[in-house]
Amino acid sequence: MVQGRGREILGKLVHWSIVVAFSVLLAFPFYWMLITSFKRTGDLYNLKNNPFVFNEKPTLEHLQLLFHDTLYLRWISNTAFVGALVVLITLLLSVPAAYGLARLTGRWGQRLGIGIFLTYLVPPTLLFLPLARLVAILGLQDSLWSLVLVYPSFTIPFSTWLLMGFFKSIPPELEDAAMVDGLTRFGAFLKLVIPISISGILTVTIFTFTLVTQEFVYALTFISSESRQMVGVGVPIFLVRGDVYYWGSLMAACLITSLPIALLYNLFLDRFIAGFTVGAVK
Amino acid sequence: MSNRKLGAVMFLPAILYVLAVVGVPFVLAFIYSVGDVKIASVGYHFVGLENFRSVLQSPAFRRSLYDSVVFTVGTQIIVLVGSTILALALKEPFRGRGLVRFLILLPWVAPVSLGAIGWKWILDSLYSVINWALIAVHLVRPFEGPMWLGEPSLAMMSVIGVESWRLLPFSTVILLAGLTAIPRDIPEAAAVDGAGFWRTMFQITIPMMLPIVNVAVLFGIIFTFTDMTVVYILTRGGPYDTTQVLPSLAFFTGVLGGDLAEGAAISIFLVPLLVAVAYLMLRVAHRSEVA
Amino acid sequence: MAIVETRNLTKVFKEGQPGAVNNVSLQTREGEFLVFLGPSGSGKTTLLRMIAGLEQPTAGEILIGGAVVNHLPPRERRIAMVFQSYALYPHLTVFKNIAFPLKAQKVKKELHQQKVDWAASLLGIGKLLNRKPRELSGGERQRVALARAIVREPTVFLLDEPLSNLDAKLRAAAREELEEFQKRIGTTTIYVTHDQVEAMAMGDRVVVLHQGIVRQIGTPKEVYDDPADTFVATFLGSPPMNLLEAKDVIVGFRPERFLPSELLTPGGEQAAKNFQPQSVLVADVKDPLKRIPLRFRVEIVEYLGAERILYGYLAGTRFEKKLVYSRIPSSVLVNYEANSVHDFAVPESELRFFDPATEKRIAPKAFQWQ
Repeated sequence: MVQGRGREILGKLVHWSIVVAFSVLLAFPFYWMLITSFKRTGDLYNLKNNPFVFNEKPTLEHLQLLFHDTLYLRWISNTAFVGALVVLITLLLSVPAAYGLARLTGRWGQRLGIGIFLTYLVPPTLLFLPLARLVAILGLQDSLWSLVLVYPSFTIPFSTWLLMGFFKSIPPELEDAAMVDGLTRFGAFLKLVIPISISGILTVTIFTFTLVTQEFVYALTFISSESRQMVGVGVPIFLVRGDVYYWGSLMAACLITSLPIALLYNLFLDRFIAGFTVGAVK
Repeated sequence: MSNRKLGAVMFLPAILYVLAVVGVPFVLAFIYSVGDVKIASVGYHFVGLENFRSVLQSPAFRRSLYDSVVFTVGTQIIVLVGSTILALALKEPFRGRGLVRFLILLPWVAPVSLGAIGWKWILDSLYSVINWALIAVHLVRPFEGPMWLGEPSLAMMSVIGVESWRLLPFSTVILLAGLTAIPRDIPEAAAVDGAGFWRTMFQITIPMMLPIVNVAVLFGIIFTFTDMTVVYILTRGGPYDTTQVLPSLAFFTGVLGGDLAEGAAISIFLVPLLVAVAYLMLRVAHRSEVA
Repeated sequence: MAIVETRNLTKVFKEGQPGAVNNVSLQTREGEFLVFLGPSGSGKTTLLRMIAGLEQPTAGEILIGGAVVNHLPPRERRIAMVFQSYALYPHLTVFKNIAFPLKAQKVKKELHQQKVDWAASLLGIGKLLNRKPRELSGGERQRVALARAIVREPTVFLLDEPLSNLDAKLRAAAREELEEFQKRIGTTTIYVTHDQVEAMAMGDRVVVLHQGIVRQIGTPKEVYDDPADTFVATFLGSPPMNLLEAKDVIVGFRPERFLPSELLTPGGEQAAKNFQPQSVLVADVKDPLKRIPLRFRVEIVEYLGAERILYGYLAGTRFEKKLVYSRIPSSVLVNYEANSVHDFAVPESELRFFDPATEKRIAPKAFQWQ
């Protein structure tokens, strides 16, 4: 009896240690970004100082530099611009596609769905060279429009697959009832299915947007001028003068960009998992 | 309009778009690899397997192939073990699980490049906080802190570490989904049948997770093998090309070097792996369909 | 085989909420087939799971074979359990499923084959040993679950609604097989179900549970013919016992005892003619011939093949608005139509009396029909 209780406590201890260890390991860099953003330069680059504490008072100088002396805000607006357009294009194309594949096409539609998903696995690092050339031929080099054009190549497959899962979880009887009541199939889609799936569509919107902000290879390849760059490339590449990294501002930029995305992501994660498992388990 | 036709009309735009923006460049990659295209060039001449020959003979390429394999395998092992442990630890609800979930997802959610640059600061040759800590507890003598990104084997360990750090959350989420799909009855039946904690874990729980582990590993392999961001930001492939992986080599050759044809030839070597993985994923999907 | 006993067993899931199981004390008999019967939420499954060791009681003790087992994990209680979903290990063959408990209890490998064969032959599944669960039908899966349960020769069997996943036709056959199986091996068995037909057919005794409390323990005959309270009275029997509520007493009678007067005794019509409708009843249960005549206005007739159910009202009584049921075997060739009124009667000895405040069974009491 005592042995049972002892083992229970040990088990809880081990469980907690694992959870804490992983949490620290995974979240530490962001904590580090936080501290670095607010440390005075003198404190930051002084090897004798304990880096875990503020040896001098915290400062906003890095943030000021970031917002006033760099193109950080420009990059953010570029990213927002591209993100919004890509989300629009993606929704316009993948919502009907997902519905068509989920409901209307039987077995080969299923296969096409998997096929679409597989294109998500074709890596940018294979396509970026030919695409660079195509972009040059179209005259879109160094323009955000090249990204608007190319990004749906991975956001559409991903969104279609996710939405297929969501649509499948809606009982088909609902649409049947609507059609008996007088709507056409397409009408039922517009007036019934889409409103019901708003949360799924919202989830797809958020995830598409985060995919855009996380992208690196295409932005690095197609865009060369600093003022037209996206935040994911601008921050690690351009917050450097000569050979010197402006670590304070760099870390601030990383943190400020990552946190809102993380918050949004977490809000929608459960719905994502629901759609994901429906799609997988079919 | 019949269902079939309506369905086709509804998904056709998406398929056409994807074919245009994925299919066409995919084919072009092959065409360029057997041609002599440069980024600025206008014409095209067929040169057969010339690019492949020169690529295969170059030591840089062979080195990068080796690096890619080490990078991918190393990352996958760490991610597999780590995410299995973490998923098992997160399966049951506990106080604070929501916060833990937020923290754990950060590496995956933050843009890859930003997480990587964060690590670059942590691993900086002079100011690394890890080195400071090692020196402070006297594991290392002052000014002899390891050059995480400057020494060949340490550099490879570092990029593997950062890539694992980035992929762990994703893998954990997938495995958790698989874990929660196991009906509650089954571990209870095992308990009644006489299985203790370890036996249930290794003979029941983990074998039942195998299909989803497959999916997670296959995804992981693709993401790792075709990723250039972590390497680019942390080491630019250095020191002395010891962390150069295939995708980053293709980038340096094709974009910075301007030799599109050779770059394309290099990135073509990603294709066999993609095909193999795609085939395996389809088989896993098919088998779970049958069940 | 062993006796299972619970003493004042209680389980509260959420503080402040009523318990799922409240102060349950019972004791099985050696080798008996004991049924826990109740609607969903009655606590029957929770009770079973506590006996198995899958839930920890909030208070009270569980004894198996005379020893307190509260702190023992399931695997040390020498029990076996069959789950509602059977919980077969999907990645193992039938053979490995059945052998799993042997492996877990570290039985020597050489003995596995022999024991699995024995269990499999008891259940007639010898041919299925190499298949995987997903290739089996519902009935086959149940048999594999039973084989896995019995292979360790446990002292107690626990079954959690194992028939509810089978379709109706299969269920009857499976039920028979289960009964036969239990008689053959003779292990003490506790069986949880919400289906009162199953409970009555299979149980040596039935424990009727409602809201975590034991309402009655008894043989099927006892709980059916002598219900301890109105819950037991209405839960068993389909359609349920007719209950008529007066201010200080509730009177009940079973639909199958509420029959056309001609059926009840030869010469019954004569007795009916002498009866004064306004007289107050002084019940005399020793006289089997004494019956209460009632005018029955039939509203709905349900034809069920072997019997008919009549829904209607007691015309001329003060219970005219209360729907009552009658169950007539189809051997009665009289035609009953909607909106017709007939002379029916209930034998006095079949009346059951309950206290309206406590809902418990009481001795026969004066009762006004008009």
